[in-house]
Amino acid sequence: MIRPHRSHPLWIAYLLHRLSGLGLALFLPAHFYMLALALDQPDKLDQFLRFADNPLVKIAEFGLVFLLAVHVFGGLRLLALEFLPWSPRQKTFAASAVGAAFLVAGTFLLQAV
Amino acid sequence: MLGLRLYMAQRLSAMVMIPLTLGHIAVMIYAVQDGLSAAEILGRTKGSVVWFVFYGLFVVAVAMHASIGLRVIVHETLGLKGRALEIFMWLAGLLLLAMGLRALFAVTLP
Repeated sequence: MIRPHRSHPLWIAYLLHRLSGLGLALFLPAHFYMLALALDQPDKLDQFLRFADNPLVKIAEFGLVFLLAVHVFGGLRLLALEFLPWSPRQKTFAASAVGAAFLVAGTFLLQAV
Repeated sequence: MLGLRLYMAQRLSAMVMIPLTLGHIAVMIYAVQDGLSAAEILGRTKGSVVWFVFYGLFVVAVAMHASIGLRVIVHETLGLKGRALEIFMWLAGLLLLAMGLRALFAVTLP
């Protein structure tokens, strides 16, 4: 059974960011290895690039480009959340939280003295 | 398990990579037309200072970003911590840096 919080869109956004990041990190060594073939085995690189013309490989590459793009856009979302100025509504909520806490604590103090 | 420095390094490397990644995606979409060949790729990148700087920066930033990201995942899902976690992060980062620089030199040095 899927626990309720895991059907929340933001949990899915988190999962997508984590899985795409993990996938990209695991793909990178293979990517670097293939490119480095240009250094001493150029014919092997060409052989691989011909293999990459295969439609199935193209679909896999579509998946990799999707992972990269979704990680960048998800990352932009996180950066905006963390670094852009707060909206007036968010500021109102934050100020309300402090105000409500002061009210509750003040009520407690009035009863205590 | 991220101190302020690693947290900031993760954000800064992300900010550096946003234009680089969008550029990389644009190049991929442009270059993949009519298939890829080693001659085509190397013809574009070999001896180019612009691509050397572009991908050099990309490799350094991604080695930082991926090793810090893997550190978070390994800590949160596998429970690795302390010294083992530090060693894991540094090994992952240095491996990516070494392999990335080798690839960079392979495609950009004339």
